[in-house]
Amino acid sequence: MYAQLVETEKAGGTPEEQAFQKRIDDGIKIEPKDWMPEGYRKTLVRQIGQHAHSEVVGQLPEGNWITRAPTLERKAILLAKVQDEAGHGLYLYCAAETLGVSRDEMTEQLLAGKSKYSSIFNYPTLSWADIGAIGWLVDGAAIMNQVQLQRCSYGPYSRAMIRICKEESFHQRQGFDILRVLCQGSDEQKEMAQDAMNRWWWPSLMMFGPSDKDSVHTAQSMRWGIKQATNDDLRQKFVDQTVPQADWLGLKVPDPELKWNEDKGGYDFGEPDWNEFFNVVKGNGPCNKERLEARRKAWDDGAWFRDGLMAHAEKKRAAKVAAE
Amino acid sequence: MMDPFVTFCLRMGDNALILAQRTGEWCGHAPALEEDIAFANMGLDLIGQTQLWLKLGGEAEGKGRSADDLAFLRTERQFTNCQLVEQPNVDFAHALMRQYLFDAWHLPMLDGLTQSSDERVRAVSAKVIKEVRYHIDRSRDLVIGLGDGTDESRARMQGALDELWPFTADLLASDEIDDDLTARGVIPDPAPVIEAFNAETAATFAAATLTVPHTGLTRTGGRNGIHTEHMGFILAEMQYLQRTYPGVSW
Ligand SMILES: [Fe+2]
Ligand SMILES: [Fe+2]
Ligand SMILES: [Fe+2]
Repeated sequence: MYAQLVETEKAGGTPEEQAFQKRIDDGIKIEPKDWMPEGYRKTLVRQIGQHAHSEVVGQLPEGNWITRAPTLERKAILLAKVQDEAGHGLYLYCAAETLGVSRDEMTEQLLAGKSKYSSIFNYPTLSWADIGAIGWLVDGAAIMNQVQLQRCSYGPYSRAMIRICKEESFHQRQGFDILRVLCQGSDEQKEMAQDAMNRWWWPSLMMFGPSDKDSVHTAQSMRWGIKQATNDDLRQKFVDQTVPQADWLGLKVPDPELKWNEDKGGYDFGEPDWNEFFNVVKGNGPCNKERLEARRKAWDDGAWFRDGLMAHAEKKRAAKVAAE
Repeated sequence: MMDPFVTFCLRMGDNALILAQRTGEWCGHAPALEEDIAFANMGLDLIGQTQLWLKLGGEAEGKGRSADDLAFLRTERQFTNCQLVEQPNVDFAHALMRQYLFDAWHLPMLDGLTQSSDERVRAVSAKVIKEVRYHIDRSRDLVIGLGDGTDESRARMQGALDELWPFTADLLASDEIDDDLTARGVIPDPAPVIEAFNAETAATFAAATLTVPHTGLTRTGGRNGIHTEHMGFILAEMQYLQRTYPGVSW
């Protein structure tokens, strides 16, 4: 998902590389000071960077509803959630920094459009029910992916994921609870919930990335222990977990091909529109422009703030040196 | 005269609520990730404070109005927050200065309220003051750092101070409702609160190399429901769901 565009490099066979691979196969975590193949480092920088950017950009669609949340309690929960997401961004930038790239460098890549973030955040939040759908489906899909990343071979990323997963499961429950109340509410509220389901279902399935048969990088990432499960497996698990919850809520899954398959003990479901997916990845989604512009504006408008604080810290340091 | 105790609770709650609305507008748009987090966190504290004060106000009023009813179903003229907190997020300097000026009043006010003759007020303020101590430590540091930063950061902070200072009159105002509550020991005497505000701001602005404007301009009225033109828009946005779909649960 967040790693949707990560490329791959072929594993080589030098003694160092073999020893590295053995550590991974033995389940020993790779730490920042350990030797690692350049491809491994690059893959992780890209993946963790994309994940961090996703958390940061992910503040925007939900932040859009903070001032309009319908009760004080919902407003508080949403504020806490958006705060968590920013915090996740921070842990992840720190994890990426252990691989030798600074947060500023990664931010510049994001703002230059060189580094991606999860495409899901290029969809608009058009009603209060969308806040429920994001928590339930988007955080739900994120957890499905991140649970396996807790076992990632790179220590700092794995540890960041363990911390983050705990908070994400709160987000999912809170999102579900928003929809629960709407689905038990007035006809207008039910309609709002169903409309959100219709718009968020397919983009949520796309979060796991293209099918493995079209995914060049899955095999290498799995060999390196960066990834522990394939996109299709994770998507299947997500559907199997989510459909009964939709039934419980009384929401219809917008997929005519969805059907329980007794033999495989899971659901059969339709193919997401991958043209739409690649189109959004390329920058043609409904909110790509707005999201990037909002982040650029925050960064550019904030330059005086960051410079001001740096100048002040420098003055204090100089005064301290002069006093010594 | 409106019930003094209810009015007091609404004034405290409305200040927190409207400031939280303004604070919440920054989520995802602040100049650094740390500020996104800090503003969301402050907003969260302020909403918690809103819930405490409005709940207390609603209970004291005895008409069965919940904190949500008071937040989402009153009109502009019924809101009693000071005008300072409704002032817009022109830039991050305005947001920080607004926060700092509010904190500089809020902390000594709460300090007095922890000595209230009313047990409920003591309980709420004892909880809230811990959060506000943290808020002012942060907002003071940033005002000093940015005032005494670059030329641009100083100019922006000074600009925000020039614009927002007149609104501190509203923050420090008192009327017969306050007199009544002060006489009963429910709220502190205004004089030491004003003194503490003046001492706090004087020391901070000196360290920040900022100057309080001496225009003598004052803006007041928020505490009696007379607001600036921004207020109606804040409420329109905040109350939209409850107004559009009345009487349902969320
Ligand atoms: Fe997150
Ligand atoms: Fe995430
Ligand atoms: Fe989340």
